[in-house]
Amino acid sequence: MMSEKKLNFLILIFLFFLPLFSILLNDIYITTLFSKIVILAIAGIGLNLILGYGGMVSFGHAAFFGLGGYVTGILAFHFNNYEPIQILVFEFEGTNQLLLIWIFTLIFSSILALFIGYFSLRTSGVYFIMITLAFAQMLYYFSISWPTYGGEDGLSLSLRNQIPFFNTMDPITFFYICYVWLIITIIFVKFILNSPLGISLKASKENEDRVRSVGINPKKVKLISFIISGAITGLAGSLYADLNRFVSPTILSWQMSGEIMILVILGGMFRLYGPILGAFFYIILEQFLGGITENWQFWLGFIILLEVLYAKAGLISFLIKDKYDEKTSS
Amino acid sequence: MEFQLLIEQLLNGLQFGTMLFLMSAGLTLVFGVMGLINLAHGSFYMIGAFGAALLAEITGSFFIGLISSFIFAMFAGVITEILVIRKLYKKDHLDQVLATFALILIFSEGIRWIFGAYPLYLNIPSELNASVSLPLEIIYSKYRLLIIAIGILIAFFLYILTSKTLLGIRIKAGQNDREMISVLGVNIKTLYTIVFALGAALAGLSGALIGAIQSVEVGMGEPVLILAFVVVIIGGIGSIKGAFVGALLVGVTDTLGRFLLPELFKLFFNNADANLIGSSIASMSIYILMAIVLIFKPSGLFGKSSA
Repeated sequence: MMSEKKLNFLILIFLFFLPLFSILLNDIYITTLFSKIVILAIAGIGLNLILGYGGMVSFGHAAFFGLGGYVTGILAFHFNNYEPIQILVFEFEGTNQLLLIWIFTLIFSSILALFIGYFSLRTSGVYFIMITLAFAQMLYYFSISWPTYGGEDGLSLSLRNQIPFFNTMDPITFFYICYVWLIITIIFVKFILNSPLGISLKASKENEDRVRSVGINPKKVKLISFIISGAITGLAGSLYADLNRFVSPTILSWQMSGEIMILVILGGMFRLYGPILGAFFYIILEQFLGGITENWQFWLGFIILLEVLYAKAGLISFLIKDKYDEKTSS
Repeated sequence: MEFQLLIEQLLNGLQFGTMLFLMSAGLTLVFGVMGLINLAHGSFYMIGAFGAALLAEITGSFFIGLISSFIFAMFAGVITEILVIRKLYKKDHLDQVLATFALILIFSEGIRWIFGAYPLYLNIPSELNASVSLPLEIIYSKYRLLIIAIGILIAFFLYILTSKTLLGIRIKAGQNDREMISVLGVNIKTLYTIVFALGAALAGLSGALIGAIQSVEVGMGEPVLILAFVVVIIGGIGSIKGAFVGALLVGVTDTLGRFLLPELFKLFFNNADANLIGSSIASMSIYILMAIVLIFKPSGLFGKSSA
C-alpha cells in the first residue's frame, strides 16, 4: 500500500525501463505489447476526462479512435500510390510524416468531436450513451461499405510512417514515441483538470444549475471537454494504426468503444493514472489467459464480473491506501 | 414489376421490424422497470437459437425447437437474474454496462465451448419453406409471413399483458415507485425475475425464428442487440408501444433504404457512383434516423421526459 503519487511515479518509471527488460529477456515482443498498452492507456485517459471527471458516458469513442487510425492510414495510402486525395475540387498530397499526420489527426478528430458532441450533448443519461453509440456505428458501417480504402478488409501500411532522425520500424523507438505521447497526455490532462475549464467541468457533473448560476455555461464546458477528449483518443488511434501498420473497421466497432470504456472502469475512474493500470491489466490478462486456455474470454468475463460486483473503485484501489472518495480525488 | 418488388421489400422490412420488436420488448421493459442497461440481452437471442437448433436436431421437429428456444432462454434469464442481474439494479449505468459486457463474454465463450466454433443449421420445415401468392400478383415467403404474424400476435399479447392484467399493473407501478409497491405487499424481487425472464424468452424465440433464415452461430446476438437498443431509444425507454413503433420504423427504414436510396441517387449520379453512395448511406440510415429522433425528441417518441 502506498500513496497515489508514489504509485503514479512507479508506473512511469516502470514503463520507462520496460524496453530494458525486453532486451534482457531477449523478447522484443514485450515492447510491442507494451506499446499497445500505452496507446490504449492514452485513449483511456482521453475518455476518462469526460467519463470520470465530466460524468458523460460516451459509448462511441471508437469513432475518434477509428478516425485517427483512418486519417493515418489514408494519408499514408495516398503517399504510397502517389495519387492525391480529392475532396470536391481540392487536391491534397498524402504524407508519411508523422508530425504532419498527428496534426491532421488532431484537427479531424476535434472537428468530429465538435459535431458529435454538439448533437449528443442535447441529451443526457442513457440517451447520451446511446446517441454516441449511434454516431460511432454510422462511421463503422460507412467504413465497411465504402470500398476505396479497403472496406471490410481494411487498409495495410507497408511501412510505419516516418519521423525525422528516428527509425520508427524499430520497436523500442516506437515504444518511446508512444511513451512520450503518454507523458504529454498526462501533463496536458492534468493541466486541463486544474484549469478553470476542468474545475467547471467537475462542477457541472455535480450540479449544472450551480455552474450556470455563477455565469458559466455548462453545455459549453462539456462540449469543449468532449472535443479535447475526442482529440486525445483520435491521436491514440493514429498511433495504433502505425503500431499495427493496419487499419480496419474493427477499430470503429462498438466492441472497441466498450474495450476503451472497460479499461477505464477497470483501472479506476476519477484518477488520472487509472486507465494505464486498466490497459495494463486488460492486455496482460488477455495475453496470459490466451496462453493457457482457448476459452480465455470466458474467464476474462468472470474476472470482470467479480471486479464490478466486489471492487467498486477499480484496480487502483487495491494498490493505494487512501480511501475511495469521489469528491476529494482528482 | 417495380411495384411488386417494392411491396416485397416492404414486407421484408415488416418482418425485420417484428423480429426487432421481440428483441426490444424485453430490453425496454428491463430498461424501464428496473433501470438496467442489459448488454447481455443478445446472448439470450443466441441461447434461444442454439436451444432450438439442438432440440430440432434431436426431435426432428421445428416446432418443438421453437418452443424450446423460448424455454431455454427463459431458464437462462431466470438463472442470470438471480445470480448476477439482481445485484446490479442499485449500481450505476457504467457498472451495468461493464457487468453485462462480461456476461456476453461468458455466454459466448460458454456456447463456443459446448457447441464448437462452427455454425449450426436450423432448417425451416418443408411445408413452410414455400412461397404463397398474395393479392396484386405478389409472391412472398410463407415462413416470413409466419414471422410477421407471430410478431404481431406477441405484440398484441404484450399490450394486453401490460395494460389489462394484474401483472402489467404491477410492472407499471414498479416503474413509477418501487418502494411503494413493495410496501403494498408485492414481492418486487419475484416481479423483476419474471419480467427479466419474459424478456429473455422473447429474445430467445426471435433468435430461433431468425436463426432458421440465417445461421445459428456464436456472436449472432450482438448486431441485433445494437439494433434493439436503437429501437428502444427511438421508441422511448420503458414503452412497449414505443418499442413496437420503433421496431417497425427501423425495420422498414433499413430495408427500404437499401432498396430505394441507390435508385434515388441514380437521378443525380452515374449508376456505379449511385450504387456506392446509396448503399453507404443506407447502411447508416437507421443510426441517422435515431440521431434525428433524439435531436428533436431527446427522450424518444413515446418516452417520458428526459431520464
